Amino acid sequence: MVADYLERLRREGRIVIVGASLAGLRAAETLRAEGFAGSLTLIGDEPYEPYDRPPLSKAVLLGRASARHTELPHRREIDAKWRLGVAATGLDLTAKRVRLADGDEVEYDRLLIATGVRARPWPKEEEARLDGVCVLRTRDDAARLYQRLRSGPRRVVVIGAGFAGSEVASACREKGIPVTVAERAGAPLVGALGGAIGAVAADLQLENGVDLRTRVTVTALEGDAIGRVRAVHLSDESVVEADVVVVSLGSQRNTEWLTGSGLGAGPRGVACDAGCRAFDFRGIVTDDVFVAGDVARSPHALFGYQFLSLEHWGNAVAQAETAAHNMICHGADRRPHLWMPAFWSSQFGVNIKSVGVPPMGEQLMITQGSLAERRFVGVYGHQGRTVAAVTFDNARWLEFYQRQIEQGAPFPVEFPTVDRRPEGRQPVPADFPDPSLPTHGPTVTLSGYSPADRQLVFTPARH
Amino acid sequence: MTTQASLVRQITDFAHRADPYPLYEELRRTPVLHEEEGGPYVISSYYDIEALLHDPRISSDAANLAAAGADELSQAENTGLPPSFIRLDPPAHDRLRRIANSAFGPPHTPRRVDDMRGELAAIVTGLIDGFGDARRIDLVDRFAYPFPVTVICRLLGVPREDEPRFRAWVDPLVASLDPETREEAGADFAKSAQEARTQLGMYLAGLVEQRTREPRGDLLSDLVHSRGPDGAMTMMEVLSTAVLLLIAGHETTVNLIANGMLTLLRHPEILRRLREDPRLAVNVVEELLRYEPPVQMVPQRTCIADIEVRGVTIPKGSRIWLVLAAGNRDPERFPDPGRFDPDRGDIQHLGFGSGIHSCFGAPLARLEAQIALAELARRLDNPRLVQDPPPYRRNAVLRGPRHLEIAFDGLR
Ligand SMILES: Cc1cc2nc3c(=O)[nH]c(=O)nc-3n(C[C@H](O)[C@H](O)[C@H](O)COP(=O)(O)OP(=O)(O)OC[C@H]3O[C@@H](n4cnc5c(N)ncnc54)[C@H](O)[C@@H]3O)c2cc1C
Ligand code: HEM
Repeated sequence: MVADYLERLRREGRIVIVGASLAGLRAAETLRAEGFAGSLTLIGDEPYEPYDRPPLSKAVLLGRASARHTELPHRREIDAKWRLGVAATGLDLTAKRVRLADGDEVEYDRLLIATGVRARPWPKEEEARLDGVCVLRTRDDAARLYQRLRSGPRRVVVIGAGFAGSEVASACREKGIPVTVAERAGAPLVGALGGAIGAVAADLQLENGVDLRTRVTVTALEGDAIGRVRAVHLSDESVVEADVVVVSLGSQRNTEWLTGSGLGAGPRGVACDAGCRAFDFRGIVTDDVFVAGDVARSPHALFGYQFLSLEHWGNAVAQAETAAHNMICHGADRRPHLWMPAFWSSQFGVNIKSVGVPPMGEQLMITQGSLAERRFVGVYGHQGRTVAAVTFDNARWLEFYQRQIEQGAPFPVEFPTVDRRPEGRQPVPADFPDPSLPTHGPTVTLSGYSPADRQLVFTPARH
Repeated sequence: MTTQASLVRQITDFAHRADPYPLYEELRRTPVLHEEEGGPYVISSYYDIEALLHDPRISSDAANLAAAGADELSQAENTGLPPSFIRLDPPAHDRLRRIANSAFGPPHTPRRVDDMRGELAAIVTGLIDGFGDARRIDLVDRFAYPFPVTVICRLLGVPREDEPRFRAWVDPLVASLDPETREEAGADFAKSAQEARTQLGMYLAGLVEQRTREPRGDLLSDLVHSRGPDGAMTMMEVLSTAVLLLIAGHETTVNLIANGMLTLLRHPEILRRLREDPRLAVNVVEELLRYEPPVQMVPQRTCIADIEVRGVTIPKGSRIWLVLAAGNRDPERFPDPGRFDPDRGDIQHLGFGSGIHSCFGAPLARLEAQIALAELARRLDNPRLVQDPPPYRRNAVLRGPRHLEIAFDGLR
């Protein structure tokens, strides 16, 4: 019976993918590569074929690549119906139908949700509408910001010093544009890498001429008579004049279209099991709705089955491949999504990479190199185990630490390395902010835990 | 029947030089082989080698190696200079390599290697034209051997008129690195090698001084004038780096070209395709680096902590041999590994090592070999092997033919 159904599904089924970006495209390719011969529909609200986002805050802002030329290379022919420029607005789980903004409805046998995230806008709408206030998520955003940077602004203010904000600041400095970065935490990258590493990122910014303001929030954006932004007001009562403001306050999951559908979807994303199947709001797993990419929240065996939301390029690819595989497979042939979180960034000439889940770490040890030289490997520990590592200009060692994480290697790290310095002998606090407070753009969000795993229990309050 | 206790010795035994691959296959059956007390731990499977090349508990430091009691294969070269970066660990390694790289490759000097393309082609053409009317030559002596020294001269910026003198010092120096030559040649040779080394050192020092005063566009000038955050190299550092480039880029390239021609002559169909389409050279060279790697193993590593590989604990202070050539033919990694197949989609070989010590000269070595093999294929009319297998050098690490006699009907 089941075998018959799957056979038919693979031969003439209908698969619909909502979200035509990285995860959507890679899923479509995997479906075809694995022999799915039925009809395939990709629905995307952006008017463009899938393109790549990481260059948008790097090469594109520097003018080394055009925002129009970051299309994702196709790995193979996918023979799909593209519905671009039209948003999905609703989902009927019982009738197995996706509603579109233009009134159309599309039926599916299997659905993949890959709607990703969007930039969190400046919360005061009127101020957000001022000319010169930007966000950076899409290719249009990048093209606009690039034009603004090119027109020689007197000063740019970046609100929020996560990875994206820091990369924008770096691009400004490289172009010789004065830039102020305002960050609520004590340093840049604190949400993603903790305060100890954040301090290094802060030095990096200062040294490169960034006017870095930490432990402040932006209280207001001020416009001039014709509606252009002219100044930014900070909580320490200072005022910074600027004609471009980049709002980089992290992201919001694109799940509104699922409201009322009965899926377990909300502001934290769409929860799914390790096989990428979405949960409904009762916590019961569905078998025809799958999730992948930035919008997904899924449990990870290596990290105590915590639900991880990973806004990582590599995760989107791996999860899309697993979801696609599982969509057209029998139970026994399905695979868990076990991708090791990994992230990279380049800013101020430094190549930053991480593996594992840094925000889970309470402690940090510099096992190679030195913070002062800004070339190092830092290892994060949680309850006696190694859970993550970060490198600054030392990426070639990362693979080794990835294996350490996979093996649940003990922490503190006792073994000598070829470049272990005295400063790295003792663990120091990794210094993450209390997770119950909002931070700007961590790229891994942790939530919940499974009592099934007693060795790696995560305590959100961090006492 | 071969007993395990003799595998390491068989590998170093000259009798197996022409075809060590069956021994490597046997090696892989015991992926962590430790035959005798005090002997090396021999690693032969692809993924283990790759992992150890990225393991920060593995040291390349000459001092650690000496403390581990160097064996036949893992002795530090005696150049009379401070250790070069191939024999250093971070941070010293990283600093020197960064400075050297800023003079050699992207992002600071992106065109250094590519700009040599025309020059390399001219050198190759000159060497092949030099075969003249001969219909039978030793490809090693007449082509593979002179080629890399000339290239290094041009790279460093040795003036053309000095090239013959330079070569006269380099030859005995490079020869003296070969245990066979050392053994056979005796005291006189050792003395002349020492002399050559001193003279070469003095010559280079003079050149460095000159470039310090009057920089040109060459690599030496860039090394002494490097202005990056790491500063410049000291005079001694420049000298040992220059000698490193000379030594690391010499025998390796000779062997790649000689192994390459030998392999092509054994696979005439591929030789024909290369003749018709020189673009195939790119894949031919990559597959060669997998199939017949000039550096068969890296025997210069020690571990500075107890490490575990496949359930075997390698105690701190042990010597480790990473047998790249065995990993390159690991069936766990490459389907049908014993077949020479430039059409493989995936040729991620270990021929240049991996990790922080991965070959610094790789872009240059690739280009040299691509141009050399494509040109030999194009210009030699009906080339044939005179002797198969050819006589090999003694060296088990830098393995390659000592001579490669080939016959052909003429030059095109
Ligand atoms: C500026 C920038 C720099 C980055 N740099 C890095 C980096 O250096 N390293 C790294 O690992 N990651 C980086 N990332 C993150 C990486 O790009 C994302 O992880 C990746 O794009 C996720 O892919 P996705 O397909 O899941 O989601 P998305 O790329 O967000 O795609 C979702 C798509 O769905 C569409 N959509 C949303 N709602 C609907 C709807 N209702 N109907 C139809 N379509 C809808 C969206 O418009 C979008 O096109 C960066 C991201 C940005 C923005
Ligand atoms: C076919 C040719 C070559 C091969 C097969 C080869 C192979 C290798 C290998 C395997 C290593 C790693 C050694 C280790 O891990 O200890 C290495 C390192 C090195 N090679 Fe090459 N090499 C070749 C040509 C060259 C050339 C032409 C140059 C110079 C111009 C060069 C310069 C170096 C240097 C400087 C190192 C040391 C790198 C470091 O320690 O960081 N090589 N090579």
